Amino acid sequence: MKHQLKQAFSSSKFVLGFVLFSIMLLLAIFYPIFSPFDPMEMVGSIFYPPGTYVSVSDTVQATYNGFNIDPSEAHLKAALSPENREKMKNWLVRFGGVNEADIDIEDTVALVDLWDAHYSSDNPQEGLLSSEKKSYSRLDKSLAKAKTGIKTALYTENSDGEMEESLIISDRDYVRVNDVANTVTLPLGADNFGADMLTKLTNSIRVSLQIGLVAGLIATLIGLTIGLLAGFLGGLVDNILTFLTNIFTVIPSFVILILIANSVGQAGRGPFVVAMIIGVTAWPWTARSVRSQVISLRNRDHVNLSKLSGHSLPHIILNDILPYVASYVVMALILQVSSGILAEAQLSMLGLGPSTTTTTTLGMMMNWAQQYTAHLSGAWWAFIPVILSVAIISFSLNLMNTGLDQIFNPQLRED
Amino acid sequence: MAKELGKSVLKGENITKVFGYGKTRTEAVKQVNFDFHEGEVISIVGESGSGKTTIARMILGLIGITEGTLLFNGQPRDISNGRKKKEYWKNIQAVFQDPFSSFNIFNKIDDLLLDCINMTGGKHKSDKEKFDMMTEACSFVNLKYAELTNKYPFELSGGQMQRLMIARVFLLKPKILIADEPTSMVDACSRATILDMLLKLRDEINMTIIFITHDIGLAYYVSDSVYIMEHGKFVESGPAEDVIIHPQAAYTKRLISDVPKIYGEWDLSTV
Repeated sequence: MKHQLKQAFSSSKFVLGFVLFSIMLLLAIFYPIFSPFDPMEMVGSIFYPPGTYVSVSDTVQATYNGFNIDPSEAHLKAALSPENREKMKNWLVRFGGVNEADIDIEDTVALVDLWDAHYSSDNPQEGLLSSEKKSYSRLDKSLAKAKTGIKTALYTENSDGEMEESLIISDRDYVRVNDVANTVTLPLGADNFGADMLTKLTNSIRVSLQIGLVAGLIATLIGLTIGLLAGFLGGLVDNILTFLTNIFTVIPSFVILILIANSVGQAGRGPFVVAMIIGVTAWPWTARSVRSQVISLRNRDHVNLSKLSGHSLPHIILNDILPYVASYVVMALILQVSSGILAEAQLSMLGLGPSTTTTTTLGMMMNWAQQYTAHLSGAWWAFIPVILSVAIISFSLNLMNTGLDQIFNPQLRED
Repeated sequence: MAKELGKSVLKGENITKVFGYGKTRTEAVKQVNFDFHEGEVISIVGESGSGKTTIARMILGLIGITEGTLLFNGQPRDISNGRKKKEYWKNIQAVFQDPFSSFNIFNKIDDLLLDCINMTGGKHKSDKEKFDMMTEACSFVNLKYAELTNKYPFELSGGQMQRLMIARVFLLKPKILIADEPTSMVDACSRATILDMLLKLRDEINMTIIFITHDIGLAYYVSDSVYIMEHGKFVESGPAEDVIIHPQAAYTKRLISDVPKIYGEWDLSTV
């Protein structure tokens, strides 16, 4: 056992899969503990983009520090939209007599310098409508304002309930972010309910892993029992169990899954009910492969020797068959966990996942993102991280399975 | 080697084994008769696929008999339930061909030997007695128990494993031993040792050995009587000297001429 573990960790594929899986697992376990929010708590509002949010009121109350940095360039940059830059370029070429090649609309400072040198509202500007002339003059004024800097006055409510001017804020005053009393950091923004995406995501990963594990264990346990009995006993028992397995294989398991999930009803579907539903529909594949493995073991000499030693049937199955298929079963379990997580995501996408008010899962997050058309409003943070999490978990589990496969079937090794 | 035959321990009458049905129906063993006696060494010789191992498995009770009766100690054999099977297997044991697949690699050697002691009613013996029995069994096959304890079978060499198998038989002391090509997977030196040990054990507990082999020279070396098998039938049987020195059936002659000779030309015309 120790030897096999050592071997497993010598496979680079297994190690990579294990590391990826551990990262997801640790993230899922520890992030919600340190997160200031509850996964279901509505902190903000629909689809706030990722970033740090500082309280406006607290910012103006905080201590100001003067900086000797000319803020005008940043202000100009913020004031000049791509359309305005294009407009300025057109004017300069038509009326300013500037070569088109000399104008770089990306270089804010050079563009504004050129504009200052050539623009004048007295220019006849032949061919322009008066409204267009006015829009150019407005643009010129807004540029002048951005260059000189804006002074902001702060009014505070006094003891009489009147607003009175208390402070003039210069455009060179800065506030340290740490001095602002109230800040909210949403590393992955907010979802449609306004809940912190990262907290919700890590909580969902945990719940989805639990569902996958329980579903995988149930499926493996049922499949293993049926496979062992069918393979070892043979004859009529094998025929009946194989018939049962074939029925479950032929009927699309996803349809059964939908039917069972639907009949249980929204209120009755907790995460573990969903896991059980997935588990009892996913076993036929394990049962078939275990059965074929057991059939090849059944006539091996060590099994015959065990029979000759007078061992009972359960003893032979547990001691002479099970250890030989154990490595295979572990691999099957890993795949079952992976497909359990995917099955939960599929079910929840269809709205048949666990009941939504009490828990969150990866599939349900995708379902909500889709229902609130996150993809149309450009809220990528509402579904890309979820999709990536599902992909990484399932990828890491499959990678571990491939790594183990190469160890237990040396024919598959590349070198 | 001719000696007085003991009483009959195993007698087969019209034994037939059929595998599959319909198109895949194959008769592996067809209406064979045999009579094995106490203390006798019998060889069943034939090429691959002739049905030797099928006969061995039927005698062991690992697979059912399609037709025919098998008399054990003059009584029809009854292995209809687990208890009767266990009783039967106290009397009949086997050594298999491939030592590397004969052992459960997850069980320690001690467990294997303890199983044998428990099976022969030694369950209530003290640890000291069990230890002595295991030591005696190991020294019978030139193994040291102290070196084997807490080891797994796969840590031994092929020859050692096969000797461990004989130590197992020594503890069980069965009436009949089926040796299914016990020496085909080990080297020549181990082969002689293993055969000697089997014959020594036969002399000690007056056991019947059914030796299954494809090597007719080996069969002549060890056995009292020989059964030659071709396509599921015994084509010739009798005392070893008669069958091998003066073969009657064409198949027996061919088998004998196929044995490689160190000197002289190898006659390929019959192959």
